[in-house]
Amino acid sequence: MAEITLKNLSVRFGAFNAVDDVSLTVKNGEFVVYLGPSGCGKTTTLRCIAGLVKASSGDVLFDGVRVNELSASERNIAMVFQFVSLYPHLSIKENIVFPLKARGVAKAQIARKLDWVTEIFKLGDELARYPSALPPGARQKVALARAVIREPAVLLLDEPLSAIDEQFREEMRWELGHLQRQLGVTTIYVTHDQREAMSLADRIVLMNNSRIVQVSEPDRMFFEPIDVFAGQFIGSPSMNLIDLAPVEGGLKLGDGDVTLTALRDRLPAWALSSKRPLKLGVRPLNVHLTDDADGVAIPVDDVFSVGRERFFSFRIGDTIHQGVDKRRSPSSSGGSVHFDPAGLLFFDAATGRRVDAEVAA
Amino acid sequence: MAGTANSLNPESQAAAHAARQTELRKRSSGRLMIFGFLSPTLAILLFMVAYPIFSLIYYSFFNFSALRQATMKPVGFNNYKFLLSDPDLWERFIFTGKFVFICVTLQMLIGIFVGYQMQKNFRGRDVIFTLLMMPMMLSPVVVGFLWRYMLNSEWGVINFLVSSAGFAKVDWLGQTNPALWAAAAADTWMWTPFIVLLATAAFRGIPETIYEAAEVDGASPAYRFFRITLPMSAPVLFIALILRLIDSFKQYDLFVALTGGGPGSSTETVSFSVAKTAFSYFYTGEASALAVILLVIIIGLSMILVRHLTKMGEKY
Repeated sequence: MAEITLKNLSVRFGAFNAVDDVSLTVKNGEFVVYLGPSGCGKTTTLRCIAGLVKASSGDVLFDGVRVNELSASERNIAMVFQFVSLYPHLSIKENIVFPLKARGVAKAQIARKLDWVTEIFKLGDELARYPSALPPGARQKVALARAVIREPAVLLLDEPLSAIDEQFREEMRWELGHLQRQLGVTTIYVTHDQREAMSLADRIVLMNNSRIVQVSEPDRMFFEPIDVFAGQFIGSPSMNLIDLAPVEGGLKLGDGDVTLTALRDRLPAWALSSKRPLKLGVRPLNVHLTDDADGVAIPVDDVFSVGRERFFSFRIGDTIHQGVDKRRSPSSSGGSVHFDPAGLLFFDAATGRRVDAEVAA
Repeated sequence: MAGTANSLNPESQAAAHAARQTELRKRSSGRLMIFGFLSPTLAILLFMVAYPIFSLIYYSFFNFSALRQATMKPVGFNNYKFLLSDPDLWERFIFTGKFVFICVTLQMLIGIFVGYQMQKNFRGRDVIFTLLMMPMMLSPVVVGFLWRYMLNSEWGVINFLVSSAGFAKVDWLGQTNPALWAAAAADTWMWTPFIVLLATAAFRGIPETIYEAAEVDGASPAYRFFRITLPMSAPVLFIALILRLIDSFKQYDLFVALTGGGPGSSTETVSFSVAKTAFSYFYTGEASALAVILLVIIIGLSMILVRHLTKMGEKY
């Protein structure tokens, strides 16, 4: 177990800033997920914590001790890689016990630990086989077993599930979360899949363009995104973003001719009187079709079902937005669009930062 | 986990793969076409390999000289009996064995070491690599003469260095043991680059993440080398070993240029002996029998090694 602190960490590859001034403390036993699009610096940050990449500036601390100069093998970490990194010439058993053998652990203890992880991961039948005989999902399970057998201070996972079949991935995700709580090991997990992040993390670290955008619990990340990027990256389907312009008696939506007068009573006063140009962010989950008159008369483009959910799309100006149709009878496709006032987020049109009453004041 | 175990079962995947293979085999209409494509190669093999080998075996049962073709007398296994009871021949085999052992050991050790250095990226790597490959491109006869000059006891550069260092000059090629080591050195100088080439390629074929995983797992550089690098490149290194073993076992031209088989006939390899018997003494039948013995040994050796190699490949 260990607490990890990143202090103004930067990693440069030539002229490229892969990680730019990142500071963060991961608490003992915490499950932190680095989330972000490809190339945002999340994997480089992880590799820097692992000791596989050197920090250009800033510090990495384990329990308050600077480890910058320590090699990966000296840091008491374990890592699971995105692509399978099992040793192809060794049996599953030999793969799993490799970290113990490499450190010269006594035979009896190796046997005991092997029994322990074999039990956890239910790998009893696979021990004598070779990695090439296992499907990708099972290989990652072996990689995970190899990582935890040493009971490392820190468990680092670099997109461990992304090369696995969808169906198996879901299962592995649950097992992983369960395992982490069971072992209580400080875990840093890198992914570009927001669903993985939302379901696994104690805290999510959202990164973009080599910098940290927002650090918070999954729920807060979802309901209180710090900016447009955070709002749109989290949540599927993605958050609708609509330009707002204050007009007489309400807010004009986008470049169309729809004015948000019907919602006026429920809109915060500050938003109505805001002098700065705003954007309205609203998740499809908070946009419904209604037969009542309290909706906004926006023409509905299309209604389509995805399993049990029915989505609809509507157009403001040239931009297509989405909502969820929650009405009981799917046949009635008409109706007007209703924005759930609780789900309205306002962003500064210039900076993209979310604004609320205090900021606007 | 149990729920998805079936769909991911490797056995069912293997079965599907096998079914697809049979399907493909059925579709390609007939063995005739396969044979058609193979026939040119088969024809060449037949004339270039099978015919000489069979005539070799045939001649080995005759008392026969290529100079006097008329007097060809069948002698059964007498050629073999004579050869195998000839103490001189056993000496040739012992000498050849020593030579092979020294050469292959040196070449593999140095080749793997240099190959491991060459797999790293450093400035000037390409230039050094090209320079390293040069000895391999020379003809063995050229290499033989080159070393012969360098080893000349009076004016050779090696003895110059030896005497500069304060030691007595050595008659390298005039004594059996120094000559053996000199020949082994020349062969090693020439063929180590071949091992370097294959070893470098094999080492570079190991994915970087494997090393990263090993480093994270706490493996020291030496542990990584012996437990990851070497075993993972073992199949390639083994092929290199087989090739060098067979090739040095047959070594002939290097000795022609370097020692001429001397002093006396103490540095004659078995191949050298075959050539001398066939083309100096023109005992064609006896030479054929000796060549057959050499062939059997090499084929036997190769089969053992290839079987081992196949076993190695089955694992992964």
